[in-house]
Amino acid sequence: MTARLFNRVQLDADALVPWIASLIVILVGATVFPKFLSAGYLLQQLQIASFLGVLATGAMVVILLGHIDLSIPWVLGGAAILSTSLAGTGNPALVALAIPAALAFGALVGVINGIGVSIFRIPSMVWTLAVNAMLLGVAVLNTGGFNPKGEASALMSSLSTGSTIGLPHALIVWLCLCLLVFAILKRTTFGRYLIAIGNSEKATYLSGVETPRIVFGAFMLAGACSALGGVLLAGYANQAYQSMGDPYLMPTIAAVVIGGTSILGGKGSFVGTIGGAIFITLLTSVLSVMQISEAWRQIIFGSIVLSMLLAQNLRRRKA
Amino acid sequence: MLDDIRTNKREVIALAFLVVLVSVYLTTHPSGPTTYVLTIWANQCTVLALVAIAQFFAVLVRGLDLSVGAVMALTNTLASHLLIGSSTSIGLGLLAVLAVGSLCGLANGLAIVYGRIQPIVATLASASVFVGLALLLRPTPGGEIDFDLADALTLDIWGLPTALVILTVIVVVFWIPLRRTGFGLALYAIGSSQQAAFQSGTPVARVRLAAFVLAGLFAGVAGLFVSFITTTGDASIAPNYTLNSIAAVVLGGIALRGGVGSLFGALIGAFILKTISALMFFSGLPPLAQPFVEGLILAVAIAIGSADILRLRNRLEVFDR
Repeated sequence: MTARLFNRVQLDADALVPWIASLIVILVGATVFPKFLSAGYLLQQLQIASFLGVLATGAMVVILLGHIDLSIPWVLGGAAILSTSLAGTGNPALVALAIPAALAFGALVGVINGIGVSIFRIPSMVWTLAVNAMLLGVAVLNTGGFNPKGEASALMSSLSTGSTIGLPHALIVWLCLCLLVFAILKRTTFGRYLIAIGNSEKATYLSGVETPRIVFGAFMLAGACSALGGVLLAGYANQAYQSMGDPYLMPTIAAVVIGGTSILGGKGSFVGTIGGAIFITLLTSVLSVMQISEAWRQIIFGSIVLSMLLAQNLRRRKA
Repeated sequence: MLDDIRTNKREVIALAFLVVLVSVYLTTHPSGPTTYVLTIWANQCTVLALVAIAQFFAVLVRGLDLSVGAVMALTNTLASHLLIGSSTSIGLGLLAVLAVGSLCGLANGLAIVYGRIQPIVATLASASVFVGLALLLRPTPGGEIDFDLADALTLDIWGLPTALVILTVIVVVFWIPLRRTGFGLALYAIGSSQQAAFQSGTPVARVRLAAFVLAGLFAGVAGLFVSFITTTGDASIAPNYTLNSIAAVVLGGIALRGGVGSLFGALIGAFILKTISALMFFSGLPPLAQPFVEGLILAVAIAIGSADILRLRNRLEVFDR
């Protein structure tokens, strides 16, 4: 009993790290620019963090499974191209289809990822990379390598840039998604099995679980999340462009692991991932507001992520 | 002989595939199999082959290295500052570039072995630092490399591309002897089972650290070779090479779970990948379809590589792979 309680506290402590780090970033930023403490700035940061957060939620599901999804960039890009092209036709039926079609596209890519990972047993790291390369190829083939024509539908723009009583819609979408995925993971057998596979796939299989089915589900969920991220980003920019997803892959994975989710699977926390997405967004924002060059931004970013992970591990060893 | 083929089944299949690819490439190339065509092809393959060797050492001890491309970018930009002037300064510059590559590997190794951060995550973060440093050295592509040195290493020796000679030397003088030392054995032992290796007295921490240093060193050599080909420094080359290096080792029959595969396999994997893209270029496919076909071939090749999954006798063996 005590051990269980202790475990729980331990997990929560990991999840709190990015939150504390976010607070420090805000306070340090505020010493240079007092504007950082204003509600407007913070809400805007939360809105931008939502895009990363939606992607990180999907990535986390796959990481909990003990796999990794490197197809995020072109699922995101493909979903953005698909939804803006549909919305750009002006045909009301197609416009209404923009978001569902994009999400279905993401889930479909998830199926392809699942086939390679759970049936052919190809390491997810390589298979999802190959799928990403193919998606890039399909996108180039369809758009001729130029930025696709099209625009965001009214609903897409509203979801990513609109706000209700001061709360950005993107933030609401993100939190709803978090609640939904949290409920799936904690309250359904699917979620239980997913965590179990992350701990030991062999043991889960021997307990009579059809493990491939769970792997498929997880990759579909992740694909749909990446696609939703693409829809939101397309709504934000009011267009889709080539390789718009590439800069998001590494920050997404970083957000998940900073939040205390083990890259080996089976262990992680939602609160941590949310904090991770917020922390990375704030850090990026503070570094760019301070007009630090791209080179130093990369160096500082990498060192901070590295030292946070070191701190987590050293603390865990002491305990 | 037959036993040799059986134990190295993965490499043999990959090698056969490569031979077919290369013969198709050389016969369909518009200018035919001249030394010039062969040299260009060999140079491109060698860059990827070197970075695949780097990835191979990391993967062998169960540690994927996502920073190999970044180390290449850093060493490439550093080389564009140092490899010019008198022969002494060029010599010192070469040493400095290789030392920086090894130091990057050492930093990764320390974070992974003593900091106990998962390799994927640690190298993901360190890659960001290395690319940042590369950008400090060369915010925009530029710089110069000594042309005589570059020519000497990227042209041919009596009709044989120098790049192939360099790779042969690496295999014969470095890899084959290394494989027979205690260190070589320990690399495989750790990849197969870290615990068993530890319990039989292998200095696990030190060997893993050395593996990551070797990964950094070879990524540095790859960065150096890029410099000789392009004779400039460019900080933006990182992402492509990192991802391709992973694909190359998998194609070469090296298991990402560690302990399986050989350096020779990594070379074959890299050559296959680059030959495929070279083939695309002359294949008459519409240019817009090329990225897709390239991705498709990569996916199919990887899927075939893991097809023996369908022949397992015991369902449970699936989970140990």
